[in-house]
Amino acid sequence: MSATRPAVSIKSLSKSFKTGVTALTGIDLEVRPREFISLIGPSGCGKSTLLRIIGDLIEPSEGTVEVNGKPAHRARLDHDYGIVFQEAVLYDWRTVSKNIALPLELLKWSRDKRAARVRELLELVELEGFEDNHPWQLSGGMQQRVSIARALSFDPALLLMDEPFGALDEMTRERLNLELLRIWDASGSTIVFVTHSIPEAVFLSTRVVVMSARPGRIAGIVDVDLPQPRTGRTREEPRFFELVTQVRELLAAGGAEVT
Amino acid sequence: MAAIAIEQPRRTRGADTARGAKRVALVLVGLAVFWGLWEAYRWIGERAGVTWPFTVDDTNMPHIHEMLRVLTKPLQPGGPTLLHYEWHWALFTGKEALVGFLLGGAIGFALAILLAHSRILRRGLLPYIVISQTVPILAIAPMVVLGLGTKGVEPWIAVSVIAAYLTFFPVAMNTLRGLLSPDPRSLELMRSYAASRNDVLWKLRLPASLPFVFSALKISATASVIGAIIGETPASIQDGLGGAIVNFNQYYSTAPTRLWATNIVCAALGLAFFAAVLIAERLILRRAPENIA
Repeated sequence: MSATRPAVSIKSLSKSFKTGVTALTGIDLEVRPREFISLIGPSGCGKSTLLRIIGDLIEPSEGTVEVNGKPAHRARLDHDYGIVFQEAVLYDWRTVSKNIALPLELLKWSRDKRAARVRELLELVELEGFEDNHPWQLSGGMQQRVSIARALSFDPALLLMDEPFGALDEMTRERLNLELLRIWDASGSTIVFVTHSIPEAVFLSTRVVVMSARPGRIAGIVDVDLPQPRTGRTREEPRFFELVTQVRELLAAGGAEVT
Repeated sequence: MAAIAIEQPRRTRGADTARGAKRVALVLVGLAVFWGLWEAYRWIGERAGVTWPFTVDDTNMPHIHEMLRVLTKPLQPGGPTLLHYEWHWALFTGKEALVGFLLGGAIGFALAILLAHSRILRRGLLPYIVISQTVPILAIAPMVVLGLGTKGVEPWIAVSVIAAYLTFFPVAMNTLRGLLSPDPRSLELMRSYAASRNDVLWKLRLPASLPFVFSALKISATASVIGAIIGETPASIQDGLGGAIVNFNQYYSTAPTRLWATNIVCAALGLAFFAAVLIAERLILRRAPENIA
């Protein structure tokens, strides 16, 4: 397989629900390996639906989705991606360590291998010392970091994130944005990230896919040419504001009410 | 990295002990208040000549200390004390109830797992499971005792089966609810890992159901004791608390305190079962405090 094989390849995809609602139509998108792609759009534009179709959690009505050169269904069975939801979705009865190790247990890793990997991940998401805590003893931001560690545990090539920081306060969110970029860099994975925050999308991504609603389609794609690595200063650069404006205008042109 | 403090301080052993002591004290205060109310009603009722809903006298409302004192007196002249008998009856009924509790719990649990996996079975079987509980246990008991008796099963085991009949239902219903309780996101997460049905059962559904299972077991714990006591009646078993109740009922007008004392022993046995489940729950369940029923 060639190195330029796309991480995600979506061709003429559409999705209609039984209710008759067309959620997505005419979606074509190619995500290159190591890219950080954000999907942004008004609510009801189908961005979460698109993410779930990539993850084979729901089926498209038409079109094809390939992940790592394989049909999405095959890719899910092969554990080619990890997923993070808006809620951390941690299992209450498991400690932080055991939550992170859940996918590894399902993959039948040995106890020693699991323990070693969990230690690495705790370090990566900076939660050393909390391994024996239960989820309800952690703050929302910490819970979400556990959820990210769990998604990365089996080292998937692709990370799907559905508004992972949407429920967090602004300060925690900005800090976790920086941490996510560090993790992205360290893990070498490709990220598809759903958000409704324009600055967040611009700050994190290599490309921002702007979607419009009813039916959901791609209104345009913005290349984010801000230098890597991004830092706290990135948000203060003129180019950052230009790109934010560009995304905002695309959203407005797509019929979204932008405030 | 920004250090974030744990939002909830860990409970210390000392705080746990203090909390336990406070609880015990509250229970004792509750008992004292009940005792006081009982005796006060008696005292006023006797002097005011209350006849509704019943005449207040030594037969209908014996002194609580008399109920306890009769336990220390011999049942027959020169024989062992009533407490000695009560202890053995309680052990016998306790054995029936325990076997019934375990049997009913296992059946209820297995039934719930079966039902959780098939919508068709849920639709088809649930109505019958519900109907099973609308049939009076007093009507079922003789059939069970006689039916199993002809198969050579010992009567006390037949009583356990009756106790199990009362036990399995709450366990089946609550466990089923617990198994179906995981939210769509938790299930989606499992699907993203391509987890098998078995994995979903063992790693998600069963652990998620445990708080429900324990709240059912608490109901079943006392229900199995009641089931065993009732089951002894048609089986004409004389070795347990049910037999004793039937017996003392016949002599109520002459020795009411014996029946009351037996009632207290029955309550204590039920409480012991309940406490055992509570302790098991404390040891096993590790949940957010708000998720423990």
